[in-house]
Amino acid sequence: MGIRVEHLSKRFGDFVAVDDVSFEIRHGELAALLGPSGGGKSTILRVISGLEQADGGRVVLEGDRVDHLDASARNVGFVFQHYALFRHMSVARNIGFGLEVRKVPRAERDARVRELIGLLGLEGLEHRLPSQLSGGQRQRVAVARSLAPRPRILLLDEPFSAVDAQVREELRRWLRRLHDELHVTSVFVTHDQEEAFSVADRVFVIRHGRLEQAGTPLEILDTPKTEFIARFVGDVNVLDGSVHGSNLHWGALVVPTLGHANGSPVRVVIRAYDMKFWRADPGMAVVERVLPLGDRVKVEARMDGAGPLFAQFPRRSSLLRGIEPGARIHVEITTARVYAMPGRDSAGNPTANGTKRTP
Amino acid sequence: MSSSKAPSRYDWPLRRVALLLGVLAWLGLLLVVPLIAMAWHVLDLGLGQAWHEMAESGASQALWRSVWLAVLAVVVNGALGVLAAIVLVRHRFPGRRLLDWMVDLPLAVSPVMIGLAYILVFGRGGLLEPLLLGTGWKVTFAWPGLVLGTVFVTIPFTTREVGHVLRELGTTEEQAAATLGASTWKTFWKVTLPNIRHGLTYGATLTMARSLGEFGAVMVLGGAIAGKTDTATVFIYAAMESRFEAASYGMALVLAALTMALLAFLKALQPSSPEV
Amino acid sequence: MGLSSSHAATLPASPAPSRSRVSPWPWLARGLLFAWLGLLVVLPLGTLVVYALADGPGAFLEALGAPYAAEALVLTLWTAALTAVLNAVTGTATAWVLVRYRFPGRNLVSGLVDLPFAIPTLVAGLMIVFLFGPQTPLGTWLDTVGLPIAFAPLGIVLALQFITLPFVVRAVEPVLMDLDPAEEEAAATLGAGLLFTFWRVLLPPLLPAIAGGTLQGFARALAEFGSIVVVSGNIPGRTLTASVFIFGEVEAGRNEVATAVCLVLLVLALLLQPAARALNRLAGASHVE
Repeated sequence: MGIRVEHLSKRFGDFVAVDDVSFEIRHGELAALLGPSGGGKSTILRVISGLEQADGGRVVLEGDRVDHLDASARNVGFVFQHYALFRHMSVARNIGFGLEVRKVPRAERDARVRELIGLLGLEGLEHRLPSQLSGGQRQRVAVARSLAPRPRILLLDEPFSAVDAQVREELRRWLRRLHDELHVTSVFVTHDQEEAFSVADRVFVIRHGRLEQAGTPLEILDTPKTEFIARFVGDVNVLDGSVHGSNLHWGALVVPTLGHANGSPVRVVIRAYDMKFWRADPGMAVVERVLPLGDRVKVEARMDGAGPLFAQFPRRSSLLRGIEPGARIHVEITTARVYAMPGRDSAGNPTANGTKRTP
Repeated sequence: MSSSKAPSRYDWPLRRVALLLGVLAWLGLLLVVPLIAMAWHVLDLGLGQAWHEMAESGASQALWRSVWLAVLAVVVNGALGVLAAIVLVRHRFPGRRLLDWMVDLPLAVSPVMIGLAYILVFGRGGLLEPLLLGTGWKVTFAWPGLVLGTVFVTIPFTTREVGHVLRELGTTEEQAAATLGASTWKTFWKVTLPNIRHGLTYGATLTMARSLGEFGAVMVLGGAIAGKTDTATVFIYAAMESRFEAASYGMALVLAALTMALLAFLKALQPSSPEV
Repeated sequence: MGLSSSHAATLPASPAPSRSRVSPWPWLARGLLFAWLGLLVVLPLGTLVVYALADGPGAFLEALGAPYAAEALVLTLWTAALTAVLNAVTGTATAWVLVRYRFPGRNLVSGLVDLPFAIPTLVAGLMIVFLFGPQTPLGTWLDTVGLPIAFAPLGIVLALQFITLPFVVRAVEPVLMDLDPAEEEAAATLGAGLLFTFWRVLLPPLLPAIAGGTLQGFARALAEFGSIVVVSGNIPGRTLTASVFIFGEVEAGRNEVATAVCLVLLVLALLLQPAARALNRLAGASHVE
């Protein structure tokens, strides 16, 4: 049940947009397709909806194979990035459109429209035209419109990218609440990892047309499979170097690299909150900037003879005492993730992006 | 741009192809094939024959007259058109809407109608006849009549095109010039005019094409006096009536080529949209 | 910029630059323009109107009753109307193809659409005779299947189709370009088929532009002379249109009849023109959000 995608592939001319992607979204789940722009996630969504035809693979919705069906026959709700509201129709008519298509009798249609208006907080706007609505209101109308014909799944293509940051926050919370109430299997596409993590039950990371990792937000945060995912998610320090013995030496830092061959190139990814600084003389690094970011403080420093580093602290952290530009500091790492870099290892064999983690 | 903007250019279902072919067929049948048929007819009669007949029946004078009229229309309506555009777009005054309406009127009027109207004013027994008798000018069945008719039908073009450009440009540059101390005339000459060059050229080309093609008004006003008031279009008609078909069609081909060249020039002035 | 300059036919004024010193030139310019247009446009047409009604409405109606006058007017009206309706369909289809499809030669075809604005109407008429005339294979074939072109009203309609081709196309194109294809995709996801989508999603925003272009084409068709003179054979009562009729009456010296028919055409034109402009403004306004 839910949504199953098997060996999906799609190319546009020479460009491979989707490359053998398979995953399953459970019935009633709220999933996110996360990844950088141009990575194929929107294409996957559109293939699921039927707006795009895949070159290979299958799409199964709630147990039914739908590849041969046109978008209009799949009963899939789709919310577009720029809403795509019918500009010459009122809010009420927009919402009722799907029901009109199905020739639902007037009374029933009006009732359903009223129900959705209530559910999505659009009271008083029934007769307005889309041009008379704010971004957030338009998005809610778009969602209402797609939900009216009771679709079996709901797809949202970067639904909050076109609104202000503040409205975005509210809309995210609202979407989550809506889903908790309706339990329609839903998938949304986003390039914002914070959005994916704060809203979805499970996240599917899509890059270069391939599925890199699937899991709950916590799983992806704590066990990123590739260095790309580790870097993509959250504010990170990236240290590149070669293994020396069984460690990476970076300035005065020593990072254990068990499992990586001596001399092989590695990349170490350290989250901002997994790095600690404290005031020490002579120390191993010097503070360059201290940036107050509201409830957090970001400290940028430079490791002697190595390069830039930064760490993040809660505002009132005691570690911040004495930390100011020019101060000498000691650096310690709580958690680092070590990845082999593509290239050749010391034996001359090409290496893939593996995953190794050092506690 | 999100991928939902442009239709996927890789699916061409049957209905798309059908619509495309249908439209192309319609356009082809209405526009292209008749053009080819005309060219073929002339070639069939023989280019030499056409040339010969045309020379015999005073085609070159008629063509020359048409060109002259077109140039006059461009100059007169060009200058006044720019003036009208500036006054209509940049100024506010009582009667502005009326002036605008008057500028657009020629587009609504049938050329034969205006020919008749001019006769009633400037012709024999006309309103202004006493005035004209005094100056010794003849309007109807004479060159001035042709000029009047041609100028009338081309009044709106320059005004509208330059007007569009002026509106899009806004007044900021002129205001800047004023703060730098430039007089009205200097501002116009050095700032406004260069900016509207494009619109002016466009309007002038439209004027030229329309003038060359004018028929109804010059027929009525000129009286189609061969050798005196026949323009290229009148020549075509007269030659056809007198069974000088080769001359008639030859001239038609010349006019078609001329106006199509003007159209091509017009298109070259416009930025084109990307092709496949 | 289109050759039909369909949108914003009235030139709205931008705020006038403030002038502290009183300069005579704006008033001189306006005066010159009013005098110029008054002499060239208003005076002649006004004279025409006065002349037509000089002997009272009775005489006017009597003049309209002249042989073939009424028939000419009726013929002009219905051929122009039929042309306008056909144009609404073909023009919209053409605009659709030009805006939504990408194919080799698209720019050339777009240029072709403006051909009727450039080519002299007389030449256009000749071209049609060359293809559909009485001696041509196509013409004779059409005659046998009951669709005669030369010396028949259908020929008039065909000529008018040529002349008015660009109007609807140029009016619809900008509006079409502003439509969001995502709206059509949305309609598809909501279950709408092609026809439903066309009817409910595409057509409503396009309607003002289509109507405006159609009216413009209609007005233009009413005034057409050159192409019809060649194609129709000008058979009184059958293929003699108003403009050609007027021409004949002027030649014959019957100015009263000519002016009477002129007046009818003029009134029609004066009614149609602002309506078409209002529609075009409406079409233009709706795509500014």
